[in-house]
Amino acid sequence: MCGFSGYLGHVDAPDRTLVAMADAIAHRGPDGRGFFHADRKGRTPGVGLAHVRLAIIDPSDSLQPMLSADGTLALAFNGEIFNYTELRQDLIARGHTFRTSGDTEVLLKLYEEMGEACLSRLNGDFAFAIWDGRRKCLFLARDRMGVRPLFYTRHGGTFYFASEAKALLTVPGIGCDLDLIALDQIFTLWSPIGQRTAFSGISELEPGTFLRADASGERIDSYWQLDFPDAADAFRDTGDPDASLEQLNDLLVDATRIRLRADVPVGACLSGGLDSSLVAALAAEHAPQGLRTFSIAFDTPEHDESAFQQQMALHLGVSNDTVNCSGGDIASVFPQVIRLAEKPLIRTAPAPMLKLSALIRENGIKVVLTGEGADEVFAGYDIFKEARVRRFCARQPGSRLRPLLFRRLYPYLPGLQKQSAASLAAFFGAHASADDDPLFSHRPRIANTAGAKLFFSDDLKARLGAYDAAEDLISLLPERFSRWHPLHQAQYLETRFLLPGYILSSQGDRMAMGNGVEGRFPFLDHRLVEFAAKLPPELKLRGLEEKYLLRKAASGRLPASIINRVKQPYRAPDSKAFLGGTGSDYVRSQFDPVRLKAQGLFNPASTGKLYEKCATSEAPGFRADTAFVGILSTGLWLEAFRATSKPTAAGLAA
Amino acid sequence: MSTVFASFVRAFIVESFLFGDASAAPADGESLIAAGIIDSTGVLELVAFVEDCFSVTVEDADITPENLDSIEAIATYIQKKSGRAPLAA
Repeated sequence: MCGFSGYLGHVDAPDRTLVAMADAIAHRGPDGRGFFHADRKGRTPGVGLAHVRLAIIDPSDSLQPMLSADGTLALAFNGEIFNYTELRQDLIARGHTFRTSGDTEVLLKLYEEMGEACLSRLNGDFAFAIWDGRRKCLFLARDRMGVRPLFYTRHGGTFYFASEAKALLTVPGIGCDLDLIALDQIFTLWSPIGQRTAFSGISELEPGTFLRADASGERIDSYWQLDFPDAADAFRDTGDPDASLEQLNDLLVDATRIRLRADVPVGACLSGGLDSSLVAALAAEHAPQGLRTFSIAFDTPEHDESAFQQQMALHLGVSNDTVNCSGGDIASVFPQVIRLAEKPLIRTAPAPMLKLSALIRENGIKVVLTGEGADEVFAGYDIFKEARVRRFCARQPGSRLRPLLFRRLYPYLPGLQKQSAASLAAFFGAHASADDDPLFSHRPRIANTAGAKLFFSDDLKARLGAYDAAEDLISLLPERFSRWHPLHQAQYLETRFLLPGYILSSQGDRMAMGNGVEGRFPFLDHRLVEFAAKLPPELKLRGLEEKYLLRKAASGRLPASIINRVKQPYRAPDSKAFLGGTGSDYVRSQFDPVRLKAQGLFNPASTGKLYEKCATSEAPGFRADTAFVGILSTGLWLEAFRATSKPTAAGLAA
Repeated sequence: MSTVFASFVRAFIVESFLFGDASAAPADGESLIAAGIIDSTGVLELVAFVEDCFSVTVEDADITPENLDSIEAIATYIQKKSGRAPLAA
């Protein structure tokens, strides 16, 4: 729930500053707002907190910012502590008393007692800020997987932070420039990495870390890291698969159970795939009054999964509400998608999520469970299988049969079915040696995505110089990475970078909170994540069968048709969405050569040909689609943030 | 080998896969796949181009990197299939 923002240091007009920041993120908290500020006193810097509330737990109470009983601590908090009931009982047993029944006070008391060590006790999706008057410092922290966002910057000696960057842009003097390195990273890795954001000078606190800021500066530390066993040990601790299955079942049940804690009804999303179906089935067991479920349907058969959604709804005995998403729908919401995502995107898949959250909200639901995270944690993505086949091919480069496995991986890509073994091997870089390349699993995706940089202008290329986003990514890998099993290396890359950088943010939190809806993800419960990381690789990807153990856990809960269906990645129409019929006016204007030349980022001549190709070709191809959406969204981003440097809540709702 | 076939192929590649950006054009012997110029959809476009412009039929078994992975290889393949002698460019 919620959004917050604030500062540490001097501001000229604290009230006005805090209200402006709260206005910018008002969509995150339609149910109320609160402010706290204290002026500078001696050597204690001034501090301010603003909070906008989406009331889910203890709606009539638990107002924020919340002060400790002695007034020395002030907390602004976005998210949920799912195990707050247990933590509260512990605290009561140790003599604490509570004024409210919610999780906010639990977090405040736990910090009061333990300081930063409280983080390891929290099971939740959270970002929060605590003004600690005892230590005269500001404490910021973010959940382990990166579900809830937190951005910060320093300007004129004052430290500012907020749930979304747009709140920071309301501060007089904080400018808005596109970070060109971030743009290169997006056109290579789909999102900026590390602390970088699309906004030059604005940073994002990384998942699993906390920050202390005081008069002398900031310091960031990590309190949790995704870890895997050494490859040599990865097979040793197999234990008993039946025992693992039982443990998985227990964890799934509990992770879902504590995510149903709310004082408002909790719904579930049904994509038609295994993961969301399993979550909905688990949730339905705890919802005797019936579970509300929600789905997206597409006009395009290659994207639509509504037949499976209906099967699952029938199985659960729920009436599933569906929103249909056409190409035109994607085009019409896309400018708003970019304002909310706050970064250029190379895919349109977030857009239907915004339509879905609108549907959920219209039905009076504020909280939904989804299956997000299972593909990272239990190895469901095609990229894991692809890497395995590429390694298999590389071991016998002359094989005429091994590369044919690539056809089996991508039955939904018609272009591949006609290719010879030799062509397939070439496309997937199947003969490249896996030795010493930490990004082996991701090289084809990286190379294909980076193909879209063909359209970068000469000036942009010159400014980027020899910068290499893939090398930059390698520099962020932990030392222990090289000791992990190849599947675990690939899982780490997905879970540590794409998951927070794109899936949970652009496609997750930002699209849900755009309509005041909170997503909850049982598969990202850190107990499940840690359990799955320790599982032997073959219990996750068994041969080329993905999510092996999870599938076992699902049997008995789901119809066989859902468990055994061919996995369909979630995708949405890309360039075609914008070019149906006559094409939207705003899209055409974003590709206007005069505008492109003035922006200076893309080559107007080749970009013009790209537009023509996407407009006329049946299947423009991966690179053209990537470039089209990337260029369009970069233009929309510049328009949303550069032209209007102070977007308001009203602007967002337009 | 610089032939009329090769120059046709080069022009097609620059126009269709490099969107007119001749500065990114590959050398005649360079692998188009390794350079990221064509992907699996691109190969099918390339096959359609060869069939349409040179009146040859590309058998499925011919769709291999050996025949199609460089400007030079494609030009040689067209020459072989069409039975025409290459004209010097």
